[in-house]
Amino acid sequence: MPSKTLYDKLWEAHHVAKRDDGSSLIYIDRHLIHEVTSPQAFHGLRERNIEPWRIDSIIATPDHNVPTENRAKGVNGISDSTSKLQVVTLEENVKKYDLKFFSLEDERQGIVHVIGPEQGLTLPGMTIVCGDSHTSTHGAFGALAMGIGTSEVEHVLATQCLISYKQKNMRINVEGDLPERVSAKDVTMFIIGEIGTAGGTGFNIEYAGSTIRNLSMEGRMTLCNMSIEAGARSGMVAPDIKTFEYLKERPFSPSGNILREAIESWSSLKTDDDAFFDKEYNFSAEDIHPQVTWGTSPEMVISIKDKVPEPKESKNKENYEDALSYMGLRPGIKMTDITLDQIFIGSCTNSRIEDLRIAAEILKGNKISKNIKRALVVPGSGLVKKQAEEEGLHEIFIDAGFSWRSAGCSMCLGMNPDQLDIEDRCASTSNRNFEGRQGFKGRTHLVSPAMAAAAAIQGKFIDVREI
Amino acid sequence: MKQISNEFSGVFVCLDKSNVDTDQIIPKQFLKSIKKTGFGENLFDGWRYIDEGSLEKNKSERKIKKDFILNNEFFINSNILVSRENFGCGSSREHAVWALKDFGIKTVIAESFADIFFNNCFKNGLLALTLKKNEISKIFNSFDEGSPQSLEIDLINQKLYFGVQGISFDIDDYKKNCLLDGLDEVGASLKFSDQIRSFEKTYKKNNPWLFK
Ligand code: SF4
Repeated sequence: MPSKTLYDKLWEAHHVAKRDDGSSLIYIDRHLIHEVTSPQAFHGLRERNIEPWRIDSIIATPDHNVPTENRAKGVNGISDSTSKLQVVTLEENVKKYDLKFFSLEDERQGIVHVIGPEQGLTLPGMTIVCGDSHTSTHGAFGALAMGIGTSEVEHVLATQCLISYKQKNMRINVEGDLPERVSAKDVTMFIIGEIGTAGGTGFNIEYAGSTIRNLSMEGRMTLCNMSIEAGARSGMVAPDIKTFEYLKERPFSPSGNILREAIESWSSLKTDDDAFFDKEYNFSAEDIHPQVTWGTSPEMVISIKDKVPEPKESKNKENYEDALSYMGLRPGIKMTDITLDQIFIGSCTNSRIEDLRIAAEILKGNKISKNIKRALVVPGSGLVKKQAEEEGLHEIFIDAGFSWRSAGCSMCLGMNPDQLDIEDRCASTSNRNFEGRQGFKGRTHLVSPAMAAAAAIQGKFIDVREI
Repeated sequence: MKQISNEFSGVFVCLDKSNVDTDQIIPKQFLKSIKKTGFGENLFDGWRYIDEGSLEKNKSERKIKKDFILNNEFFINSNILVSRENFGCGSSREHAVWALKDFGIKTVIAESFADIFFNNCFKNGLLALTLKKNEISKIFNSFDEGSPQSLEIDLINQKLYFGVQGISFDIDDYKKNCLLDGLDEVGASLKFSDQIRSFEKTYKKNNPWLFK
């Protein structure tokens, strides 16, 4: 038998049929649904007068539009009528088809990519899709997880399959111990800086090496989450004992004999020794320092020790000049001289309990700087929030001057009221620093939770190892 | 004889940027609609207008950024958008394609596209065409903001005519047919229903933990 990569194996295990044009129908195990990209797909189903193929594969939750304050009122607490309509439409579709649903009133509600793993609804070996590009997050469990468009959402609802072409194989190896306070977020940002935002286009990325093995499941999710920022629709880490431990006793995980059987099957989910990769990168963990973006694309990233680069040093000169002007920066400015207006800790990249623990540890006993006009911490799910409160983390945040919120996407994209004001500069643990992403004319710098916490105290960027 | 279908041809406009992300193509506040139409007015909203847009705002109340190319009177009705590398990166929002279409864009030409956006185009009858860097540069070099020109696209023979020059392009057969025949993908895949069901049966037996 020829050697195969983990991706090859997952692809083959889900291959239903080859189509005339060379594409394939790939069977989908899990379909995650949220309110923004699904209404038109459900509408399409109704127009065809068909029902979803497999109800038990679907889970739904509102996350993008939801307010992070005053949640007791549920849907009625949404003041923006268009946001409300989307959430209500989701609820109607859920009801019509009797889908598994985590409503606004349910403490298990949260960002769809946080609650899937948390509930044990994300399992190794699965194919997982969602009308959301950060579906790549679930690859952390050794699943083939891909973001899809709304037409594809409709297609998967109708047929349980995705029309897909096989991607090429890329492996990114990271070896060695990460320096102190350097996290998975810094690793993924560093990789994007090296390979570029289109570096992974057309590839599935497998992350390997001792550094990756040593990451917690939360860290692996952060890493896989941002695969899409490197252009790859899917990124994955082979499952191991850590993965299996994480899944034990999750509400929807298998248990007992079935779990034993599953673990036996999951244990074969790895790349064969001499499997072929179309592209391979090797990085050393010790070269990775805390990362900060300075521009309007995730690849415009440097180490905290560096200065804002000169456009001439870069390949896309016009883009760099536009980015500098949008961000209100000049080349040669030290990152540590950039003062901030807002801090955002949250998003499907960094809103899990581990992220909140790290930020709280740095904030403990400190106050946010006077120049910070708002600092938000938005847990990824109601259960993360509950856990953090049980550990007393919320008090640390509140004492430091943070606003402690309820779960949702929040200021990662500001479809809800949490937005930056014009020209506000924000240290954000989210994944995209695109123009206007966090608010009209807002300026986003992507960082890790540790770096965001340190920046909150200092009022400007600082190497978290110096605080 | 060259057969030109008007479906993908027309006046072209150049946007000299790489990594144009879908957040720029259609900003988040417009994703709140539950329809597929009406997004054209807010295509590139942050670049086309000075003030912040919202679903409630009427176009007549908006302050227009005069120097943005799509506000140039010659290009308000352009049909082909030409850009650089990695067009359509970022969010999977299909609304980006709906906005381009609604504006009147039939074809997007770039050096490369992000995967999800590329797929979304063909599902909506929009042609996404990848050309080589030097070919794109030629189009950019001939672009004149003071005089609109057309590109003619012969999809059947995979040729793009630009002045007298013909440039051949690649496109996979399936995507080409989708555009030419307006294929119904769901309908086509449902023809595989028996195969999907039989796959599902064996698969369920081997992976019982995935079904509950
Ligand atoms: S947190 Fe941000 S990136 Fe993640 S799903 Fe929500 S909007 Fe998308």
